[in-house]
Amino acid sequence: MAILEVKDLEVYYGIIKAIKGISFEVNEGEVIALIGANGAGKTTILHTITGLLSPKKGQVIFEGTDITKVPAHKIVGLGMAHVPEGRRVFANLSVYQNLKLGAYTRKDKEEIESTLEMIYKRFPRLEERKNQLAGTLSGGEQQMLAMGRALMSHPKIILMDEPSMGLSPILVNEIFDIIRSVNETGTTVLLVEQNAKKALAIANRAYVLETGRIVTSGDAKELMNDDTIKKAYLGE
Amino acid sequence: MALITSILEQLLNGLRIGSVYALIALGYTMVYGIAKMINFAHGDIIMVGAYALYVYVSLLKLPPVLAVILTIITCSVIGITIEKVAYKPLRKAQPLAVLITAIGVSYLLQNLSLLIFKATPIPFGSIIKVPSVKLAGLNISGLTIVTLVVTVAVMVGLTLFINRTRMGHAMLAVSEDKGAAELMGINVNRTISVTFAIGSALAAVAGILYISQYETLLPTLGALPGIKAFVAAVLGGIGSIPGAMFGGIILGIIESMSKAYISTQLSDAIVFSVLVVVLLVKPSGILGKLKAEKV
Ligand SMILES: Nc1ncnc2c1ncn2[C@@H]1O[C@H](COP(=O)(O)OP(=O)(O)O)[C@@H](O)[C@H]1O
Ligand SMILES: [Mg+2]
Repeated sequence: MAILEVKDLEVYYGIIKAIKGISFEVNEGEVIALIGANGAGKTTILHTITGLLSPKKGQVIFEGTDITKVPAHKIVGLGMAHVPEGRRVFANLSVYQNLKLGAYTRKDKEEIESTLEMIYKRFPRLEERKNQLAGTLSGGEQQMLAMGRALMSHPKIILMDEPSMGLSPILVNEIFDIIRSVNETGTTVLLVEQNAKKALAIANRAYVLETGRIVTSGDAKELMNDDTIKKAYLGE
Repeated sequence: MALITSILEQLLNGLRIGSVYALIALGYTMVYGIAKMINFAHGDIIMVGAYALYVYVSLLKLPPVLAVILTIITCSVIGITIEKVAYKPLRKAQPLAVLITAIGVSYLLQNLSLLIFKATPIPFGSIIKVPSVKLAGLNISGLTIVTLVVTVAVMVGLTLFINRTRMGHAMLAVSEDKGAAELMGINVNRTISVTFAIGSALAAVAGILYISQYETLLPTLGALPGIKAFVAAVLGGIGSIPGAMFGGIILGIIESMSKAYISTQLSDAIVFSVLVVVLLVKPSGILGKLKAEKV
């Protein structure tokens, strides 16, 4: 069953049409990769899904309900978390305060505590640094914090915008392992990446985006062996 | 001995007027931190508070405590309304447009007050009736005691509110990154409204303390303390709450010392010179953090 559906989406910045009619769907339990070069429109799509931008046309449907007009701050409470591009952790707040803000819409204190423990188990470095200001963390640690903060809302689906950006190869592997394990524990993942190789390796299906349009889509393993994809995105 | 007593007296004077500046500066700095704008109408909320108190006490003959509470509520409601009507539609506009609007709101408030209460100064005796205290040869006025106690209580309360409550945490998040705050489920519009409400409530308290000292109502009475408190906020580091408290107190002390020992006429010039020197040495203010502007 589709947990998230995007239908005929068109998004503008002023008079510039950044997204030119896009449709795709994410089924429950999947890892879906949205790949494309810089400027293809990946971030714009995620921002439109979580309400930070409004589309000119089209719909965003979450668990069968149209959420196109739902304001951004009401999205996370529905069960959809967004790890934004560039991490955007709250630099002047501690790691712990950042994580607590991730659970802002949740009420049950005990459940929040147990999620926090689970996140500390997944990211031991965050526990070691829980009283440190987020702005003083390394890039990899900030990415972990941004992911941990999103997971604090206990989402059904998590949207991640270029989690590997600017990280060393070792850290990139670590981050992708974490994404895989987050998915294995039952969270659906919509992953936006320029690192197509890595993204296709953990995705079930993928959509390829070029200047605001989906040009190819299909099974991730098949796309990995597709000659045009290899040439354009995998550097082979 | 006489000199020491005199210095201590001036120090107390400075603390009293500095407390009022600090209360006003908190409003500037909180609104700047959250909404990234200088609310130039903030000083006029002090005036609104002073007139509101006069209406409740002298015209409606309400008991002082009730009048104070109603004054605070009145200013908060006006603060929220100004934000909703004048500033919210400009949330994505250029800073210059917002600044000009704020100056416009400031004139609007002054002229409304002129229209309702006329230009003739209205005498209005202090509602603070606390006896003065003699301590080691020092005469401490009741108003000074009340001002200091109220200011300390407000500062402690505000610090606890920001660091301990859900709304306080939301304010911290919004001040750093509105988009990321929304993704956490924080209602940014509501957070901004609450910030204006708190800033205006503090201005109301400052207005009550200020008018209790000067005992004369004028439509422009908020302008001078407003601009000085703005200087205090910049001095302490705009956006920083401890900075506003510190900046206000320091400014009050410098002002009262200059008046007593250098020159009454030059005291304002000295205050502004201190600002210039501090900004030359540390452009972000005493407790401010220098941040690269986000692109
Ligand atoms: N705030 C903005 N204002 C105007 N144009 C923008 C803005 N953000 C992105 N764009 C444009 O929209 C297109 C898609 O951008 P984006 O969604 O950021 O791409 P991606 O995330 O795939 O790199 C690009 O052409 C970009 O220049
Ligand atoms: Mg992007």
